[in-house]
Amino acid sequence: MSGPTANCPNCGAPVKFLWSSAVQTTCESCHSILVRTDVDLKKVGEVADLPADASPIQIGTEGAYQNKSFVVVGRIIYEYEQGGWNEWHIVFNDGSSGWLADAQLEYDLSWLSKPPQPLPPSTDKGQTFQWQSKNYQVTSVTKAHYKGVQGELPFEYWDKSDLIFADLRTTSADFGTIDYSEKPPLLFLGRAVEFDDLHLKNLREFEGWT
Amino acid sequence: MPAVQAKSVSCPNCGGPVQLRGFANTLSVVCPQCLSVLDASTPEVQILQKFQGKTQVKPRIPLGVRGKIGDTQYEVIGFQVRQVSTGDDSYSWDEYLLFNPYKGFRYITEYNGHWNFVRVETALPEQLHARGKPAVRFGGKTYLAFDSMRASTVYVLGEFPWKVQRGDSVACQDFVAPPSMLSSESAGGEITWSRAEYMTGPQVWQAFKLPDSPPPAYGIFANQPSPYGASVATSWSTWLWLNVALAALIFFFMMFSPGHVAFSDHYAYAQGVTSSLSLGTDSSFVTPAFQLDGRDSNVELSIQTDLDNNWAYFNFALINDKTGQAFDFGREVSYYHDSDGSDGNRTNSVIVPAVPSGQYYLRIEPEMATGSPFMRYELELRRNVPNYGFFGLAFLLLLIPPGFTTLRRGSFEAARWRESDYAPSMSSSGGDD
Repeated sequence: MSGPTANCPNCGAPVKFLWSSAVQTTCESCHSILVRTDVDLKKVGEVADLPADASPIQIGTEGAYQNKSFVVVGRIIYEYEQGGWNEWHIVFNDGSSGWLADAQLEYDLSWLSKPPQPLPPSTDKGQTFQWQSKNYQVTSVTKAHYKGVQGELPFEYWDKSDLIFADLRTTSADFGTIDYSEKPPLLFLGRAVEFDDLHLKNLREFEGWT
Repeated sequence: MPAVQAKSVSCPNCGGPVQLRGFANTLSVVCPQCLSVLDASTPEVQILQKFQGKTQVKPRIPLGVRGKIGDTQYEVIGFQVRQVSTGDDSYSWDEYLLFNPYKGFRYITEYNGHWNFVRVETALPEQLHARGKPAVRFGGKTYLAFDSMRASTVYVLGEFPWKVQRGDSVACQDFVAPPSMLSSESAGGEITWSRAEYMTGPQVWQAFKLPDSPPPAYGIFANQPSPYGASVATSWSTWLWLNVALAALIFFFMMFSPGHVAFSDHYAYAQGVTSSLSLGTDSSFVTPAFQLDGRDSNVELSIQTDLDNNWAYFNFALINDKTGQAFDFGREVSYYHDSDGSDGNRTNSVIVPAVPSGQYYLRIEPEMATGSPFMRYELELRRNVPNYGFFGLAFLLLLIPPGFTTLRRGSFEAARWRESDYAPSMSSSGGDD
């Protein structure tokens, strides 16, 4: 799954795409945020130093979920008062893309979903929604800060600041997020997953651990 | 890519080195020298809380020790003592934070020598009522409400993936389904559910390869598995199998060891007509002599007739040919039937216990109501027949072990629930101990 290669319009370093449908990527050399146009790459911003992070996942990590293999191609980094988390952008072998969240080593997989009814402009803890004949309950509403991006994303995403996320759970391991950074808000639905369920390879290594 | 390095920072309070085992997951850490709680979430480490206490606590599992639980290796990176105050009384438990850089965080708790391995759960339990108590359903199991309390962190060591402080307080609620326990902690409107699995001290000691021996366990813990739980099921299934064996034994005796036939013959009876195929003047007659062998033992005389809506009475005497010692007994046989059903049986039998060996004959005197028709009957005398009463006794004796185990489990469960907020009302006036 190696996509086209181009050169960074800022520093000239080669920029390689893992996913042919990527809309945005970052230059590994100069940390420029690059958006693809019809003809070339355009620099739209620069990533500040990424915060130290302890996720075992990195760009290039491979895994499989329910017999579909995937590769991690990019991420969005968020921070809130109780810590930070990564939304890893993953691309499956059928070309579809999803998100693998790693919040202090608790993992959720989710996919952009179309809500059957328009989502309310805001939600409160305890509010319930019925989607796909399951009862989702809002368990937390978090105000987060955008801290940076890395690698390939399915959309342009670089000029954010404070964002509101509502997390939802069911009595099974279902997981949902309403992302209020867009209008109308976006709905992501998926599952809470165990580390071992993801069959991850090419992970980061930690000193003293094998 | 090079491996992620563990870092250490300097304590801004005392200047001593502070090691970080949890990499960038660590948001707060306690200086091992001055016990200040430090904010480690930014490169510029700041003091969150200085230590004012006097007593220091030594965790039973030292920080930095690694142990294997299931297939996963965890390192102990944090420790806190959490206290519950109830009026003039208070108690506390110890909580160890376990870390694996891939699998994340788990906890081990200890109270009075009872241990639990705990993980945070993301799925929501379903609230319901079971056995007259509030309960929750989770992962296919029903957990019964046990107690609720407010727990405060009173002592901390090591690292945490949140900004810990002495004095942190949460409202807790425990639901039990031994050996599991589901607990909720709520603080600031957020509810966190976690699931605990009971561990014994020796299991913890083995997992972390700790020296010496674990502290003894006192009392019965909320989700401690009953030592009789499994044995009750086992003892009843053993009981079932022993009954199957008993039935097989009865069947075996009935089929293959129904006693030794000492005498049998066919007869016919008709009123006014002198007996039968054998000799005799009135309805009474005697059989030829036969031998009863062996030690003193029973004989069973069975009577089989062709009665049809009629009755017959038989007087018997089993007479020793040599000594004249006689065993007298009688039996009625009656059999009636109509369109509504039937009553009685065409056959009957009688057991004569403790008959010494020797040569015997039978005197037989059948009687029937006047005007009765002809009757054919067959007599069979068996020596040493199995006594099925012993099997009945065996059946009762077999009930003792499972019955006893069931009672023991009952008293164990009673002791568990005495510690609960939902203790049966009988013992709620018993006071605290």
